[in-house]
Amino acid sequence: MKVIEAKIVVLGSQGVGKTSLVVRYIGKMFSKHVSPTIGASFFTCNISVENARVKLQVWDTAGQERFRSMAPMYYRNANAALLVFDITSMQSFTAIKGWVKELQSNVPEAMVLSVVGNKSDLESLRAVPYNEATQYAATIGAAYCETSALHDQGIEKVFKNTAISLLQLSSSNLVSSLRSYDSTEEKIPTASTTNDRATHTAKVELPAWSIDSIAHGEPQKNMCC
Amino acid sequence: MASTSNDNVPQHMNAPENASDELEPGACHDSILNPTDSFEEFASEMSSSLRETCLTTKSSTISEIQSEILETAEDPKLKAAKSSDDLQTKDGSMSASASNSNLIEENGDDTDDDKDYLQSPELVNKEKHVFILSTAGKPIYSRYGNEDKLAGLCGVIQALVSVIEEQNQDILRFINTKDCKAVFLVKGPLILVAVSKSNESETQLVLQLTYAFNQIVSLLTLTQLNRIFEQRRNYDLRRLLAGAERLIDHLLVFMEKDPAFLLGAVRCLPLPEKARENITNAITTTCHKIRDLVFAIMIAGNQLITLVRMKKYTLHPSDIHLLFNLIRSSESFKTAESWTPICLPKFDATGFLHGHVSYISEDCQACLLLLTVQRDAFTTLSQAKHTIAEKMRRANCLVAINNALNRNEELSTTKPLKHIGIPEIRHFMYKCKSTAQLFSSDPISLDRLQDYRLRHKEGGDIVDKKITKLSDIDYVRNYRKFCNQIHCVATPAKLIFRSSSQDTILSWVTNGFELYVTFDPLMEKDHAIKAVDRLLRWIKKEEERIFIMNAPTF
Repeated sequence: MKVIEAKIVVLGSQGVGKTSLVVRYIGKMFSKHVSPTIGASFFTCNISVENARVKLQVWDTAGQERFRSMAPMYYRNANAALLVFDITSMQSFTAIKGWVKELQSNVPEAMVLSVVGNKSDLESLRAVPYNEATQYAATIGAAYCETSALHDQGIEKVFKNTAISLLQLSSSNLVSSLRSYDSTEEKIPTASTTNDRATHTAKVELPAWSIDSIAHGEPQKNMCC
Repeated sequence: MASTSNDNVPQHMNAPENASDELEPGACHDSILNPTDSFEEFASEMSSSLRETCLTTKSSTISEIQSEILETAEDPKLKAAKSSDDLQTKDGSMSASASNSNLIEENGDDTDDDKDYLQSPELVNKEKHVFILSTAGKPIYSRYGNEDKLAGLCGVIQALVSVIEEQNQDILRFINTKDCKAVFLVKGPLILVAVSKSNESETQLVLQLTYAFNQIVSLLTLTQLNRIFEQRRNYDLRRLLAGAERLIDHLLVFMEKDPAFLLGAVRCLPLPEKARENITNAITTTCHKIRDLVFAIMIAGNQLITLVRMKKYTLHPSDIHLLFNLIRSSESFKTAESWTPICLPKFDATGFLHGHVSYISEDCQACLLLLTVQRDAFTTLSQAKHTIAEKMRRANCLVAINNALNRNEELSTTKPLKHIGIPEIRHFMYKCKSTAQLFSSDPISLDRLQDYRLRHKEGGDIVDKKITKLSDIDYVRNYRKFCNQIHCVATPAKLIFRSSSQDTILSWVTNGFELYVTFDPLMEKDHAIKAVDRLLRWIKKEEERIFIMNAPTF
C-alpha cells in the first residue's frame, strides 16, 4: 500500500472558523465557544484514497494579526494549504489573496491549494458571491469548496480532494518534501489481539510499532527534481 | 492595638533564625527561580528619571544562547537558524494597518456621548479600573466597558501625563482622592493607569500595572512594541492585541486573588518527593540531548510541578506568573499540541522563545511547556513530550498529580491547618525568599478561579456585604496592608502584631522568609510566638513536599 506523508497548513483571518473546521473533521465535533488559537495547533490524520493512505500533518494557524509574521514558520515545507475565509465577510476573502501571494513568493515547491468558504449556513448574510470565489480559485489553480463547520457540510470533501491532489502531486515526482513509501500494513501486530497481561515492556514498544516508516516501511528515496 | 517594631524584635523571635546553620524552611542552595524581589524593582522603577522612561533594551539572552549553541555546533543546519526570530513587521502591513486604524478613529464619538458613557453602569461603582493607552492618547485596553467609547477619557489621561512631563519636567505618579487612588505608569510608548478603591497600596498597584505591561510585552516583545510606535506614533495597538484582551482581564483578576503576586513568589503543587523526582527525571533523561531547549516547565492549576533549565539560566517568578496566566486563560491548548512564540519579559524582552505547549494526557491536567530558541524544533519536542508522558505514566506520576490537584484528603498538604493542629491559626502564608516559593494554608481551588472568570466582565463592583466565612482571598486581602508596611522602603517593619475585634494578624519578615498568620482575635503575643514556632517546624518537616528543593538542569 502506498503511503504518503504531507504537511498541510490552514490559513485565513481571525474568526473565519479554521479551528472549527479542523476540529470538526478530526475530532468529529463542533463547539460554539472555540477559544482563539495561540500560535498554531498541530493535528494528524489519515485519509485513505485509491489504494493509498495519506498521512496529513495539519497545522491550524492563529488568524490574529500578531501571529501574521510568524506564518512562514508554519507554512515552510507545506505541501498543501487550506485558505479559509468567511462567506459573510468580504474582508476575510480579500485576506486570502494576500496569503496566496505570500505562499507563491515564499514556497518554492508545488503546493495543493484549496480555497474554502466557511459558514455556508449563513447564506442570508453572504457577502462573497459564489461565482467570484470560484473564479478567483480557478485563477490560482485551486479548488473551491463551501463548508459549514456547524452543520458538518463539505468538510470531508475538502480533505478528500486535498488528499487526492497530494497523491497526484507525489506521483508527478515534482516535490521533494513530500514523503512517499510503500507499507505492508497487514503485518503490523496489534497489541489488542493478545490475551496476555499487558506488561511494562509492551507499553513501551507500542508507540514504535505505529511508526511504520521505521519499523516496517521500506522508505523510498526522497524524490528530487 | 497595633504594635510595630523595627529593631527590638523580641529575643526569642530570633531563635529559629539563628538556631544553627540550619536553613529556613524551603530554602536550598540552588534555586530554579531568580529570587529578585519585585519590591526592589519597584524602587528602581520609581527612581527612574523622566528621560529614562524610554525603554532601552539590554543585550538579548536569546541570542546569547543561540550563539553559545552555535559555537559548539557542528551541525551546519543550526547556523542557518541564527536569524533572530523577532517579528519583522513589514512596511507594507504597517501601512495597511494604519489605514484601518483611521477607520476606527472616524467612528469616534462625540464628547457628549462620552460624558454619558462615563456614568453608565458598565463603568461606575467598580472597585478597580485599569486603562492602557498609547502616549499619543489612543485607547488600547479598558478593564470594563468599551475602550472605543473612552477616547475622551484617554485624551484627558494623556493630557495630564504630558502636561506634568513637559511643563514641570516631572513624572505624574499618583493622584489620591478621598476614597480613590489613581496610579500612573508610563512605560515606553504606553501609559498605564489604575483607578482603585481597594485597599491596595500605590506600590502594589504600580506592580500590577507593570505586570499588565509585561503581559503585552510577552505577546509582542519590547523590540516590536517600540518599533511600531517609532514608525507610527498614532498606531492602534488593538490590532496586534486582538484576542489577547482576555489575557489581561484574567491577569488582573489573578493579581487580586492570588497571594503569589503579592509576595512575588511561585506556588508549587505539593507532591511526594519521590513523585516530583520521577517527573523531573522523566524530563531530564528525555531532553538532555536536545541542545536548544532552554526550559522545560510542568505546571498544573497555577502551580509549578517542576522546572528543568539550561545551566546558567533561571526564570523570574513574574515570567512564570505570565506563563500560568497564558495556560489558564487559553482553552485552545487543551485540544491539541501547540507551537507558539512566547516572550518572557524578565528573561529576554527583546525576542521570542518558541514554546511547545501540551497537556500531558486527557486524564491529567498537567501542562508541559518546552521552551527553545530553535524555531524548527517542533517535531523533536513533540516526540520528547510523548516520551515524557509515557515515562510519567509508568512511574505513576499522573496519579500523584491528580491526587494533589483534586486535593485528596489523605494528603497532609491538602488541609494543612488540620494537620498542624493549632486551632487558633485560621490562615497562614509563607514565602521562602531565597527560592521565591510560597505556601499557604488554603490554596485557591481551581473551580473557584474559574468562577471569577465567568463573572468578571460584569462583576468587579464594590459590594458591601458581611462576609461570614473568610476564604483565602479575603485573608490575602487583609494581608495587603501588612505586606506593604513590611516592604515600605523608608521604614520597613520586621514584625507586626495587630489585634482587632475580628482577628489577630502577625506578619514577620527575616532574611530567609516572610510569614503572615491570622489567629483568633484574643491571641496573646507569647502564645502566638509559640504557635508560629510550631508552624515553622511543620513547614520545615514538609518542605520536601511543598517546595521544589533542587534546581535541575538538562
